[in-house]
Amino acid sequence: MIEESIVYSYRPLLAILCPATAAILILLSSKRSNVRESWTIIAGILQFSLVASMVPIILERKVIECTFFQTMFEGIAFGFKVDAFGLIFALTASFLWILVSFYSIGYMRSLKEHAQTRYYFCFAIAIFGAIGIALSANLLTLFIFYEILTVSTYPLVIHDQSPEALSAGRKYFAYLLTSGVFFLFAVMMTYYLTGTTDFTNGGILKEGFDAGSVSSVTLAILFFCFLLGFLKAAWMPFHSWLPTAMIAPTPVSALLHAVAVVKAGVFGIVRIVCYIYGVDLMGKVYLVGEHLDLGLALACIAGFTMIVANLFAIAQDNLKRRLAYSTINQLSYILLGAGLLTTEGIRGAMIHIPFHGFMKITLFLCAGAIMVATGKKNISEMSGVGKTMPVTMLAFTITAFGMCGIPPACGFISKWFLCQGALQAEEIAFLFILLIASFLDVVYFFPIIHTAFFKKPEGVGEEIKEAPLFMLVPLSITAIFSVIFFLDFILRLDIISMYFYKLVELAVGNVIP
Amino acid sequence: MMEWLIGEVFAKYNYWVSIVLMLIGFYAMIAKGNLIKKIIGLNIFQTAIFLFFISLADIRGGTEPIVSEEIIHMGYVYVNPLPHVLILTAIVVAVATTAVALALVIRMYEEYGTMEEEEIIEKEREMGL
Amino acid sequence: MLIVTEHFPVLVIVISMLSAFTILIAGRWNKKTCLPISIATISVQLFMALFILNQVITRGTIHYRLGGWAPPWGIEYVIDAFNAYVLVIVLFICLLTAIYAKRSIEREQPHRIVPFYVVFQLLITGLCGITVTGDIFNLYVFLEIASLAAYALIAVAGRRALKASYNYVIMGSIGACFYLLGAGFLYAVTGSLNMADLSHLLPPLYENKVVQAAFVFFVVGMSIKMALFPLHIWQPDAYTYAPSAVTVIIAAAMSKVSIYAFIRVFFSVFTTEFIRIYVPIATAISWIAAIAIIVGSIIAIMQSNLKRMLAYSSVAQVGYIVLGVGLYSTQWGLYGALMHILNHALTKGCLFLVAGAIIYRYGLWNIHDFVGLGKKMPYTCAAFTIAALSMIGVPPSVGFITKLCLLAASLEAVEYAFVAVILASTLLNLVYFWRVIERMYFVKGEGEEEKEIRKDEAPMSMVLPALILGSLCIIVGILWLAGTETPLLPVVDHAVNALLGTGVVAAP
Repeated sequence: MIEESIVYSYRPLLAILCPATAAILILLSSKRSNVRESWTIIAGILQFSLVASMVPIILERKVIECTFFQTMFEGIAFGFKVDAFGLIFALTASFLWILVSFYSIGYMRSLKEHAQTRYYFCFAIAIFGAIGIALSANLLTLFIFYEILTVSTYPLVIHDQSPEALSAGRKYFAYLLTSGVFFLFAVMMTYYLTGTTDFTNGGILKEGFDAGSVSSVTLAILFFCFLLGFLKAAWMPFHSWLPTAMIAPTPVSALLHAVAVVKAGVFGIVRIVCYIYGVDLMGKVYLVGEHLDLGLALACIAGFTMIVANLFAIAQDNLKRRLAYSTINQLSYILLGAGLLTTEGIRGAMIHIPFHGFMKITLFLCAGAIMVATGKKNISEMSGVGKTMPVTMLAFTITAFGMCGIPPACGFISKWFLCQGALQAEEIAFLFILLIASFLDVVYFFPIIHTAFFKKPEGVGEEIKEAPLFMLVPLSITAIFSVIFFLDFILRLDIISMYFYKLVELAVGNVIP
Repeated sequence: MMEWLIGEVFAKYNYWVSIVLMLIGFYAMIAKGNLIKKIIGLNIFQTAIFLFFISLADIRGGTEPIVSEEIIHMGYVYVNPLPHVLILTAIVVAVATTAVALALVIRMYEEYGTMEEEEIIEKEREMGL
Repeated sequence: MLIVTEHFPVLVIVISMLSAFTILIAGRWNKKTCLPISIATISVQLFMALFILNQVITRGTIHYRLGGWAPPWGIEYVIDAFNAYVLVIVLFICLLTAIYAKRSIEREQPHRIVPFYVVFQLLITGLCGITVTGDIFNLYVFLEIASLAAYALIAVAGRRALKASYNYVIMGSIGACFYLLGAGFLYAVTGSLNMADLSHLLPPLYENKVVQAAFVFFVVGMSIKMALFPLHIWQPDAYTYAPSAVTVIIAAAMSKVSIYAFIRVFFSVFTTEFIRIYVPIATAISWIAAIAIIVGSIIAIMQSNLKRMLAYSSVAQVGYIVLGVGLYSTQWGLYGALMHILNHALTKGCLFLVAGAIIYRYGLWNIHDFVGLGKKMPYTCAAFTIAALSMIGVPPSVGFITKLCLLAASLEAVEYAFVAVILASTLLNLVYFWRVIERMYFVKGEGEEEKEIRKDEAPMSMVLPALILGSLCIIVGILWLAGTETPLLPVVDHAVNALLGTGVVAAP
């Protein structure tokens, strides 16, 4: 284990205060829409620069701590700790927030949506929750932000306020708050077992297990409580809230249901695997006999989800729903990587968090752009869209390639790592699952591309009719970034995105010495 | 048997009386449908407790508790005055409770024209409240 | 000045009683004087309570001999951290209720303004008296003063409130009589009525059946007063049909004081040793509390009347507190209970204030009619939402903190059933509160255009108290969480140590 030196700084606190302050300012300037939206953007930029400013410190193998106060429970402080892994998530979420803010402006104004103040307010609070999750120092702090994220996204999901939206919202709430209950139980149980809930390299539960004070049955039950707690990761069979929540406006689906909410789920599970249980312990606790350890159990759940979610995806005609199933599938890639318990597997899992974020957000933004420009939601109606919206569909195609693991988008890299991880773990079965899942990705993404570019449109209208620039530019940027990440890795350009690789390197090095 | 009766029942008859009264009052409060009867039950219940307190204080052959040098010298026993004081207070409370309860019954009678609990519930249902 | 502060424990009761008579006289001359007198009195009382609290924390328990008579013959007022803590909570709620009551009573009972304030002050007298006294008989008297005032206040609303009040009279009197009987038993065996004295005299007599019977009478009697399931049957009607302001004070302040008396008798007259060895009641009442939590929540889900729903929710919340008491042997059990006294006073107070404000402005009590209320009454509904989230236990609200403490206590006691109950109740709370919030904000009314809905708030004097309590739900939650670094937890720490008589609970 590498000794980490600690730096005390208020930067993490300031970073999460940005969206919180913005939320209040948004409420105050609800009457003037330009002022209101500029708050969002200012806060986004400020937050991203604060988060980014922490990167050099972390890369010097330091950890930033900011303890707010000691809670009434001895051994638990309410505070933030920035390590390499947390920073990856924070960077992704805060950067994409800026882009989605611009996109939201275009989207909401084009569609003349109602209750825009509520929308921007809840959006800012949700980001507040997501960044808080990324920077939390322990489980209790993480839980607090996790619940804030759940509650604040509810009004976004039911934004439409139609009866369908309300029932979708009810489902969303039922699933996620029930999971919060399991999470809370798991947090308190961990505290009861170890006297702390801090995220520690190598895990905190190991000591008790080695000393014999914590039985493997307890650890197994606790682990499943954690898994249920992080239902935001949408693993099957508890996934159905995610496609239902796609009734939300597209920017919400894009940021929250491709980046913030679902990533908070997988982020949490990786946190549990690497920093609460520890990779070592995960391989030592057996569910059945001497074979099925916790890591393998997690990998099995993930493998099952990957295949089944892809089969579901093929059946969907609504573009956003298809993307939702694709998200469920891609999230399980991350879980699988964590479950393999090997260096390459965890590297793949960690790097897939930002990469999938960038790619999936592009896909959602494209879906939204198509909806605003043409009003079409279903794939079967989209014949010829490639002609009228070339930029959008180009971005869509590149990132869809990435989803399938085909260059030139960064999906290839994470899948490469994951496959290596499967080999390293000597679990050939999972290598096949990975490959089959990637093949199924192709099966449901290529028809979309085919319809868009090669099918004759039914109407006339061949002239180019793109979505507003507010929407087009963000989605182009994310698509370009997806490609840059790939080139960066292959050609060793060592430009800005290299930081992701360095951070992941550092995090993996800490988790598995 | 006889010994038990003498030792536990007759010698401590005051307690038994108050227990019996208490149960009568309790029964009336729970089982009676007439609101006034319930109040009467309540009064019996409270009085039983008062009797219990007062009988606690009594000492056979004790005098009134006006303590002077002379009485102590002559070795008189006097009854404990404290329970009496307490019960005076409790009686005031009981009277106040009874008054409030009766006032409520009068208002209910004005409102519903009856003092039977079941009839009141029926009227409420009729009025669609 | 020094001499006056010494008499604060009794003054806090006396000035409230005197102001009741002052209001009666001044009210005959001019009705408008009632409110200022009432508010001024409660403010002074609150100031005294804060002063007492400060003194208790810095200098230890206050013993005040009424009339200079030495205990155990004279009545003694004993104030430790627990009393002072409850006193401050109760008076704070009373102050907000008094402000709130102005418009509420003017609308609901225009002819009874003067009597209302008179009885209101008497109620506060009773509540303060219960809290400061160190004598079990004196506690009975104040309990009855408070109860009588409450009976009258509930009945003010007329109609169904009469029946509710009558039932409360009968049930409440049974409870009080049981309490009196318990006190009589203890007096019969010890010859003392002073709590501190009793706790010294009783230990050798713990095996005595009379002492054990006395304890059971106390527990049952107080359970009726604080509406612990299944002795809660008087409570839903009383809360539902009482005037809005009265509901607030009964639900938020009076139930807290009853619980205070329960805990006081439990731990200060009897001791943990007695409860552990001679009458092992802790497990039993924990289970009763657990059932109360579940049953109360489930019945609340079935209600369509907002106030009734909140009343059943209170049944569940009393269960939380009693569960904490039942788990007193763990590190966080009693903490959780005492914290929830404050938490529940804040949240339920806020919710009932909002329920009253909605009735005041629109006359709505059925949850199904609340569609679009979020637009019409934005501040009121915001307060409701915050309090509801706190009741559900969403962090960082106060409700979350109690949940944490009780979870920690249940885990320490290795009672997974209670863990499950606490967690399940979270979801049940969610179900019944979310129905309301969803209607307020998200359900679209039929044929209503958004632009047509005009903002039409309840008067400031009704919205402001609700907002204060709502924001306190969050602020206090954070203060709890910050634990030892804020003054709140040390107060409870003192209180718990005072109750358990030792340093049994290690201070964190």
